[in-house]
Amino acid sequence: MASLDRTARQFLLTEVVVGFLVTLRYMFKPKATINYPYERSPLSPRFRGEHALRRYPNGEERCIACKLCEAICPAQAITIEAEPREDGSRRTTRYDIDMTKCIYCGFCQEACPVDAIVEGPNTEFSTETREELLYDKARLLANGDRWEGELAANLQADAAWR
Amino acid sequence: MVGTVVTFLTTNWLGQAILILLECLAVTVPLLVAVAYMTYVDRKVWASIQLRRGPNVVGPFGLLQPFADGLKLLLKETIVPSSANTILFLIAPMITFITALIAWAVVPFDDGWVIADINVGILYLFAISSLGVYGIIIAGWASNSKYAFLGALRSAAQMVSYEVSIGFVLITVLLCVGSLNLSKIVLAQSGWFWNWFWLPLLPMFVIYFVSALAETNRTPFDLPMSEAELVQGFQTEYSSMPFALFFLGEYANMILLSGLGSILFLGGWMSPIPYAPFTWIPGVIWFALKIALLLFVFSWTKGTLPRYRYDQLMRLGWKVFLPVSLGWVVLTAAVLQFGGWVPQH
Repeated sequence: MASLDRTARQFLLTEVVVGFLVTLRYMFKPKATINYPYERSPLSPRFRGEHALRRYPNGEERCIACKLCEAICPAQAITIEAEPREDGSRRTTRYDIDMTKCIYCGFCQEACPVDAIVEGPNTEFSTETREELLYDKARLLANGDRWEGELAANLQADAAWR
Repeated sequence: MVGTVVTFLTTNWLGQAILILLECLAVTVPLLVAVAYMTYVDRKVWASIQLRRGPNVVGPFGLLQPFADGLKLLLKETIVPSSANTILFLIAPMITFITALIAWAVVPFDDGWVIADINVGILYLFAISSLGVYGIIIAGWASNSKYAFLGALRSAAQMVSYEVSIGFVLITVLLCVGSLNLSKIVLAQSGWFWNWFWLPLLPMFVIYFVSALAETNRTPFDLPMSEAELVQGFQTEYSSMPFALFFLGEYANMILLSGLGSILFLGGWMSPIPYAPFTWIPGVIWFALKIALLLFVFSWTKGTLPRYRYDQLMRLGWKVFLPVSLGWVVLTAAVLQFGGWVPQH
């Protein structure tokens, strides 16, 4: 009897029809994918994307050349050279990040005592040559100027957990 | 003016040649556009089954995607492998493409809308669809590559096996109609949509559709192109326009088998309800709608079913479909004979 039942199911294609109905139902469900360049999925304020060096509101750069980020960087992607400026304050003369080495762990921004180096929400910084990914200080400061609004808002949003 | 053109086209030998050429263009151009959009619909249907969006960037709703793809294939370099037999390698896709196109000569799009209204239309179709196998075998052999060769062997064996059961399905329909002419087959199904042959011959309709899937190497029978084992099967070594010809031929074959399916089982150009306003809609539109319905099921199947194993495919073809369809031929013949319904012509 069981074999008859099984044979009948096979010949009447019951399982196949059930499968077809499942896919038909899925056809009318809302899409799981988004229309990427025009729609984006939400990012956490802690998202670790492209690096930026921030400035104070008066335009002074935050970085004090303490080299904690250079020391903690597990990929040794950061290179810093520093000497005193004419006004006697200690500043970096060179702040390079090799973005091809960086593993986006976020230790640099955790180590930074003055919130100077941060990882922003930007993920779209692909380049056509490898050399363009060797960021220097000017590039990082420019990133900071470009993303300051988002960066400040993200730090603000995450401040309660720090 | 119009009168002279009509007399020229219908009486002069040159005019008749031009007329036939125009008729061929009137069939092939919409057919190729339909093939282009079939690839688009395929991708959209699979995408929505998988909760994706599908092509939506080129043109509104991605509607220009098929042309972008076609242009890409057209502009690519035609690579002929150094160990391939060049002439056969280039002839094979033409065979597939041409056989897929010339089969349309006998397909009636509406009452009288047919290029060649021959009285053995269905035999012609059957013969042409068998010839398509040559394109695949030659492609596999001429490529001189193991994937292409194995893919071609599988594909040829599969097409030959399932043509047998398609043959029996055709015989059942022919028994009920009493003619090999495709227009007569459609006319025999006049009336409400339950008079079409899909309902009286429902098991044969299912067998026909499944065999059509196997015949066109579509899921769940696409194992000539099972990527994990055979890369792209007999198409592995092809690129650019030869590949495009295979691709077009394959989709044209799918549309052809859908068209044949709607002629045999879904009443061809007939409207489902034989009263106005449904009969005001031209037959060619009903025919296109029925083809579109079957093609949708083709895509739907690809989105739903996993791939068969090769031995399962052969078992289904020879041990299930062949006996069942043969039995149904005998049953239909007996019912027609003893019920007194043998068609008289």
